[in-house]
Amino acid sequence: MYAFEIDRPTTLDAAVTALGQEEAQALGGGQTLIPALKQRLASPARLVSLTGIDDLKGICVADDGALCIGAATSHATVAAEAAATYPALADLAAHIGDPAVRNRGTIGGSLANNDPSACYPAAVLASRAMIRTNTREIAADDYFEGMFATALEEGEIITEVRFPLPEQAAYVKFAQPASRFALVGVFVARFADGVRVAVTGASEDGVFRWTEAEAALSDDFRPEAVAGLSVDPEGMIGDLHGSPDYRAHLIRVLTGRAVAAAAA
Amino acid sequence: MPKDHGIGASSKRREDKRFLTGKGRYTDDINLPGQAHAWFVRSQVAHGRLTGVDTSAAEAMPGVLRVFTGADFEGVGGLPCGWLVTDRFGQPMQEPGHPVLARGKVRHVGDPVAVVVAETAEQARDAAEAVEVEIDELPAVLDMKAALDPDAPLVHDELKNNLCYDWGFVEENRAAVNAAFETAAHVTTLDLVNQRLVPNAMEPRVALGDFNPATEDSTLYTTSQNPHVIRLLMGAFVLGIPEHKLRVVAPDVGGGFGSKIFHYAEEAFCTFAAKQLRRPVKWTCTRSEAFISDAHGRDHVTRIELALDAEGRFQALRTETHANMGAYLSTFAPSIPTWLHGTLMAGNYKTPLIYVNVKAVFTNTVPVDAYRGAGRPEATFQLERVIDKAAREMGIDPVELRRRNFITEFPYATPVAVEYDTGDYNATLDKLLEIADVAGFEARLADSKSRGMLRGLGLNCYIEACGIAPSQLVGQLGARAGLYESATVRVNATGGLVVMTGSHSHGQGHETTFAQVVADMIGIGEDMVEIVHGDTANTPMGMGTYGSRSLAVGGSAMVRATNKIIAKAKKIAAHLMEAAPEDIELKDGKFSVAGTDKSVAWGDVTLAAYVPHNYPLEELEPGLEETAFYDPNNFTYPAGAYACEVEVDPETGKVTVCSFAAADDFGNIVNPMIVSGQVHGGIAQGIGQALLEAASYDDYGQLLSGSYMDYAMPRADDVPFYRVDHSCATPCTHNPLGVKGCGEAGAIGSPPAVVNAVVDALQRAGHTGVTHIDMPLTPARVWAAMQG
Repeated sequence: MYAFEIDRPTTLDAAVTALGQEEAQALGGGQTLIPALKQRLASPARLVSLTGIDDLKGICVADDGALCIGAATSHATVAAEAAATYPALADLAAHIGDPAVRNRGTIGGSLANNDPSACYPAAVLASRAMIRTNTREIAADDYFEGMFATALEEGEIITEVRFPLPEQAAYVKFAQPASRFALVGVFVARFADGVRVAVTGASEDGVFRWTEAEAALSDDFRPEAVAGLSVDPEGMIGDLHGSPDYRAHLIRVLTGRAVAAAAA
Repeated sequence: MPKDHGIGASSKRREDKRFLTGKGRYTDDINLPGQAHAWFVRSQVAHGRLTGVDTSAAEAMPGVLRVFTGADFEGVGGLPCGWLVTDRFGQPMQEPGHPVLARGKVRHVGDPVAVVVAETAEQARDAAEAVEVEIDELPAVLDMKAALDPDAPLVHDELKNNLCYDWGFVEENRAAVNAAFETAAHVTTLDLVNQRLVPNAMEPRVALGDFNPATEDSTLYTTSQNPHVIRLLMGAFVLGIPEHKLRVVAPDVGGGFGSKIFHYAEEAFCTFAAKQLRRPVKWTCTRSEAFISDAHGRDHVTRIELALDAEGRFQALRTETHANMGAYLSTFAPSIPTWLHGTLMAGNYKTPLIYVNVKAVFTNTVPVDAYRGAGRPEATFQLERVIDKAAREMGIDPVELRRRNFITEFPYATPVAVEYDTGDYNATLDKLLEIADVAGFEARLADSKSRGMLRGLGLNCYIEACGIAPSQLVGQLGARAGLYESATVRVNATGGLVVMTGSHSHGQGHETTFAQVVADMIGIGEDMVEIVHGDTANTPMGMGTYGSRSLAVGGSAMVRATNKIIAKAKKIAAHLMEAAPEDIELKDGKFSVAGTDKSVAWGDVTLAAYVPHNYPLEELEPGLEETAFYDPNNFTYPAGAYACEVEVDPETGKVTVCSFAAADDFGNIVNPMIVSGQVHGGIAQGIGQALLEAASYDDYGQLLSGSYMDYAMPRADDVPFYRVDHSCATPCTHNPLGVKGCGEAGAIGSPPAVVNAVVDALQRAGHTGVTHIDMPLTPARVWAAMQG
């Protein structure tokens, strides 16, 4: 780890100001950034920790029924406190990493980083969630721009994620054996006006929607509805742990399982 | 009725109190006044010509004391290889040099090029980034068969090719073996890979060198399984320090699995630099660095062929293996695919004709050496896989096929140069069938099917040669060391004992089991016996711990030393009771005169030895301290049978290990709990190899699985609760405790059981074309196999 300065603002305004400094980098729960610093893969001169800002923490239900999660809320808190309102999301949070990761890692940090194998992006995209920042609101469909790339501007801070509550939903993750990140993860959410299917872990372009499955499932919300579909392996990740063909195959299998779990 | 103390009791591990409460003292816990820190600059390319190392910028960085390069080691020896293998034409292996720091060429990613020594580790690391290394990259030699192509680039320019040796065993049997294949009723052939593994001991390696200019004594604190071996190799071959001026201390060591046997460049560097700088110099390995600097294990590519008669009796066995040496010869590397592998190819079976061919190959990869089992897992895996395949091809039950070929009479001289002293392979197999509930398999299969899952049962036998080793024999085979063990038993005046052993404990629980043995022999409490190990300054010259040898060899030395103590103590007791020494009996810590009610306590005798007021000084020296060395006259041969049941998800290929059972014959058992623990750990490593672990290089020689993000270690939920049994004991016939060794069995016996089970599951589901899947059996590989 290289030496760096660290700011620990307690208000959003102070954080925005701090991030305006030269070579400043926002720090959420640090579950990606700190390992990168330790390996000297990143060398920011200044870190601005966002986890001391109380306004960014906590979970509530808005007047319109959406579940609102502060960006600095830990996975463990989501797992515990969203269990009644959005069990599929709570279940997803409960299976990220290990207890240490879940108690440090935050939803905002995960979404800002947009690791192509992270779990939360699938939930956000499938749930049609809204990402609020210090300057604007960004719809999930506009937010994810490929591996580690998002619509966030320099210095922009995620403040809250608002999840409309689907009628039925489930997330099924197939773990990469070493890291236990998602080799493939599929989040299925059924709303009154249609089904959304978001896939993480599989594509070289990061999280994406499997629209063919969405159409089929909107007509017939049963696992059998996707049994005959297939995903084009072109553009899927191929690595030590699985070929593009294997990942494409898993997307269909896991989508079927997620539908079964959502309907259960 | 289980014993509650002494030999046979499951005494709690006394070392765990300090380990579990954070009071262990590991090498990295040792910090010396004035200590400086080293950071190694390592090659980032697999193969290249080193054209320049510019250290000037680094030397100007804050806190930097000095930057060392290969040029600083002019006149210093290279890292020695401890075993000379002779090839099948009678020629010595090709043995390239192994410099402490690279000179002329770099030969693998991780090859050390320079070292920065600075006031702090962070300063050293900062400055290391300023060392400018110029390398003209050369094509990397990676695939072993391609490495033997006449046009392949040379890993070592001074060698004639990349072949370390072409070994044939037993060369004289070659023609007869080939002839047997010509006439066999059935031949089963299997091509397989025993993949490269990274040892991953919990504690990464650490070295701390110190030099006292007043006495000119050097001290090395290091994470070693054998401090005396390091003292000899480093002192005599690398740095030229005589043993009486060099102390090597290996304190608490957090696991080794073989990887801490070897003498590494970092040890020599820290010892050397401490003398140069007149400062203690410490290096602590990071986990990432361990992946590219600890010797790796396995990495064999094998074709095995088994010839059988129409009834399934084994007629002949023939194997051809390419064994990866990596870029340099690690300390014992040449012996692993040869003498620790070829000699085990008979397994538990009376195959009359065996020929083993091994081509050891240099590649631009991390050196490969012993890793838990060391050659024996490779032998067991290929043999037990080909037997399973033969059983399927011939329509013979795999259990029956094994039984039909078991060795049943002992001693048994195999056609591969070893003599099994004792064993009962039907007994362990029977026990296995019982504890694995093989009879209930069909019901479990039906249950799995009802849940849409495939289920398979795999089993296998294994044998290993442990208790390494008879020195004269291994000397004939090329070992450049003896393999005896030592113990000094020091009895204190008030009766407590300290046993100083040349063995080294790095997880095995010696401090508990060794104390059980000595306490049992004398009849005193285990808490009266302290075990000391790991410091060349206060233990007799010993060869250390590996190859499941410590109780069989080190324990035997300890028994001998204790017997000397008892013999002398009886003479003292006889004097005290005015009786003849031959009439003295020792029981429960009390000396008595046979046939009388006269007795003296252990403590009375030990006190007399050190306060010799009433003592036969004219006949007997005062004091009570004895040393013994023990050189075994054969290996020991633990053996057993293992079974694994798996479920395979037909949609994803994911394998779940549902149950694992192990029936082992370890001979006599000193501490059943510790033995079970050793088996548990070994099976976990074996399941890790079978399903999860692989060191994978890309085409440029970069290690793709260079961290835990991509190298899958087994976690608790990857393994089941084990059923282990070691009640089938045929005691070793040639050591005093009748023990065989248990440290590696789990890792040797388990991989074939897992793979056999997965193949069985797929076969039962109609995937009849799947006769083998190479390890690790990841979901992706199993799924691909099912796709045909």
